Amino acid sequence: MGVWTSYRLRLKRKQCHIRAFRKRRELTEIANRTGAIKQGDILCFSTIRNECIRLPYFLNYYRDLGVNHFLFVDNGSTDGGAEYLADQADVSLWSTDASYKSANFGVHWTGWLQRRYAHGHWSLVVDPDEFLVYPFCDTRPLRALTDWLDTSDVRSFGVMLLDMYPKGPMHSLTYAAGQNPFELADWFDCGNYSISKNPKYGNLWIQGGPRARAFFRDDPEKAPALNKIPLVKWKRNYTYVSSTHALLPRGLNLVYDQWGGEKASGCLLHAKFLDTFKEKSIEELKRGQHYANSHEYRAYHDGTNEDTDLWCDWSEKYMNWRQLEMLGLMSKGNWA
Amino acid sequence: MSLGIVMLVHDALDRAEQLVRHWATHDCPVVVHVDAYVTQDDFANFTAALDDLDNVRFCKRRHCEWGTWSLVAASQTASEAMLETFPDVQHVLLASGSCLPLRPISEMRAYLSNRSQTDFIESATTEDVPWTIGGLDIERFTLRFPFSWKRQRRLFDYYVSIQRKLDLKRTIPFGLIPHLGSQWWCLTRATLSAILNDPQRPRFDQYFRRVWIPDESYYQTLARRHSSRIESRSLTLSKFDFQGKPHVFYDDHLQLLRRSDCFVARKAWRYADKLYDSFLSDQPTVVTGAEPNPGKIDRIFTKAIERRTKGRPGLYMPSRFPRDGHEGNITAARYTVLEGFSELFDGFEDWLADVVSARVHGHLFAEDKAHFAGGAPEFFGALTDSAKLRDYNPKAFLTNLIWNTRGERQCFQYGPSDNQDLSWVMAKDTNARIYVVSGAWAVPLFHSNRNFSDIRREAARLQKLESEHLTVLRSGHARARTQIWSLADFVLNPTEPLQTVLDDIGLRQPGALPKLPKMKPLQGFGQFLQDLKNQGMHPYLMGDFPAGHDLVPTARIQRKPYLVK
Repeated sequence: MGVWTSYRLRLKRKQCHIRAFRKRRELTEIANRTGAIKQGDILCFSTIRNECIRLPYFLNYYRDLGVNHFLFVDNGSTDGGAEYLADQADVSLWSTDASYKSANFGVHWTGWLQRRYAHGHWSLVVDPDEFLVYPFCDTRPLRALTDWLDTSDVRSFGVMLLDMYPKGPMHSLTYAAGQNPFELADWFDCGNYSISKNPKYGNLWIQGGPRARAFFRDDPEKAPALNKIPLVKWKRNYTYVSSTHALLPRGLNLVYDQWGGEKASGCLLHAKFLDTFKEKSIEELKRGQHYANSHEYRAYHDGTNEDTDLWCDWSEKYMNWRQLEMLGLMSKGNWA
Repeated sequence: MSLGIVMLVHDALDRAEQLVRHWATHDCPVVVHVDAYVTQDDFANFTAALDDLDNVRFCKRRHCEWGTWSLVAASQTASEAMLETFPDVQHVLLASGSCLPLRPISEMRAYLSNRSQTDFIESATTEDVPWTIGGLDIERFTLRFPFSWKRQRRLFDYYVSIQRKLDLKRTIPFGLIPHLGSQWWCLTRATLSAILNDPQRPRFDQYFRRVWIPDESYYQTLARRHSSRIESRSLTLSKFDFQGKPHVFYDDHLQLLRRSDCFVARKAWRYADKLYDSFLSDQPTVVTGAEPNPGKIDRIFTKAIERRTKGRPGLYMPSRFPRDGHEGNITAARYTVLEGFSELFDGFEDWLADVVSARVHGHLFAEDKAHFAGGAPEFFGALTDSAKLRDYNPKAFLTNLIWNTRGERQCFQYGPSDNQDLSWVMAKDTNARIYVVSGAWAVPLFHSNRNFSDIRREAARLQKLESEHLTVLRSGHARARTQIWSLADFVLNPTEPLQTVLDDIGLRQPGALPKLPKMKPLQGFGQFLQDLKNQGMHPYLMGDFPAGHDLVPTARIQRKPYLVK
């Protein structure tokens, strides 16, 4: 990396910090329990909007993994989600009605919270429909992973977003609050992902899966990115650049091995395709607050008109992390 | 006959306390060295908690840093205290605050008392050990290392390189032969006191102060000088990863550790409650009397190292994306590419699918769509036949297909009218078996009813593409195994090349060559080529077809196919 590139990336990083700093005013504190955060706690950051039905399972899932404190930004929910969160003892909540898009799709809001509260902690940034699966997650808590990453001097942990879908049309399901969404949507695509390297930030760019197959057949370059780096031992000077796909300084993006070996990695199971999906995509389309002019949601909306069934003969039924590691979607690396 | 434990503790005092109590209540005196960086309050609590045990002592504290002399000095102080305070101790075991005893301590004591003269210490000369982190082996003993590897890495590296350049070397003290080994040992009283009371000890200590990672060489070297009987293995099961860090044991290793029959394991994760609870409980465990057998655990950790350094060839995923040339193999398994066969034979794909035990696809990289076997719209791993999706990243399409179908041989047709971006990928892939009948793309043109000027244009285009493709296959960088026949040679003697292809893929029923598929009629093909020539195009890839008469398959002219690689 030349001096010039390095300087430009530094400017970019500063710019992200300044924007996050300015966006802090948009956040109204609803419940601040950050005083309870102890040294070494694992923190979870998330932005929600009208996702109350998902929250009970989400909180339980991550509590069981060993997340100690949750920091939420509520972007104008009207379904009681904010009230629900404000009552939880391990949740701190901020709310805003400002534009999701102009906050770089929520990155500036959580970025500000991370800068304030996550310094020196392992920080997990996930959406309420994303569920982390890492090697040995059935027998070892998240702290075992972060402890191991600490002793290995690894600062960030990469995952692939794995879209889960039901067999049959989505609208025929009824998801109930507190239910494991993967009882309904338990199928995934195991081997149709294409990867390339982003030369600017050094992160991988992964596309494919059911969304590319069903909605972006004719426009593959617009298919959503599936690479994520949600788990980072945070420092004040770090910043996410675009969603959780890329970070600066860009050494944090090197979650993959380039010399033939495998680093440890996980998957984020994405419970997007439930009966709630169509409603959500209509609403999001109306708001126009999503990436690339809501191209994604438009494509979904067109696709879901006739109740698209994402399932195909070669879909794989989800069992556990060992299956994902055998299929090559994640790796144990040298964690044994 | 008694066993004494010298324990080095630096964090997780609650676990250390549990361990000390376990050893001490099973009649093993313990001398604990607590790192000086533990605060006075924590230390006071720790000692107070162990107050009730009369066979536990605490020695003078100092700060220990990885890879430095301080660790040896701490173990020396503690060992001296042990030998002095507990005169019946016959064996001394060096352990850490996260070393977990796996077998009943009475059993370990019995094991040691049957081997009262044996020192258990891994000790090998530098030439014979593979674990040299940072490329330093004998240089550990001949260079000076005043800087910390962890904190002052640059100075450390710089100072090493200066010494190398100036060829500065220390003399190894007379009487010492450098040996290396695991830092966790179990020595007899005789050997340990001989090491600690050696008249030359000040000289040796002075020397080892500047050796790199002396805790892996001090006792290992000196035991060779004093011991009468060395068993060169450690009683402590301790596995290291590729960076030289110890592997950590978790709850899910419980059964594995039980079956290993090792005495002590390092190191257990601080919060692995199940491990601590079950190994430190006083439940009557089955006394096996078996020799330690860490083989199974070894395999797991060796595999982990292999996965981290070599990975699974042919797999591209979020944490494995090798640079060009570092993939190992580009794809996961062997596959066969057939060029020109389906153009020349009627129903070639169906025929091949019947006779070989492999999945036979059509033109996977065709312009309109991916022609999967049986015309399926999707295939293994939910790959789709969409040409746009495939051409967005054709290499990924190929590597995905081969990865998804591990265990089943894949076979597909290819030609100049297909996506040519794959030429180099396949040529560089040692797993590719490529069989080409060059110029066979002219046969469909010959049978088509198109306007002749269109045919001429198309023929020129295809010939150019195939010629480029063949250049790639013949390049010095190509690693695929390739055989190329010209159409004329192939038509004269199709049996032999087909036999080669079938043998390579593997017949469903081994034995004689099945009935050949029907070749498309080529009457007048020579004239067709002559017409192309007359139009100013020069078709040369198909070999020599005389314009006057037709080639008839015969066994008379038998040229050997040439092997590129």
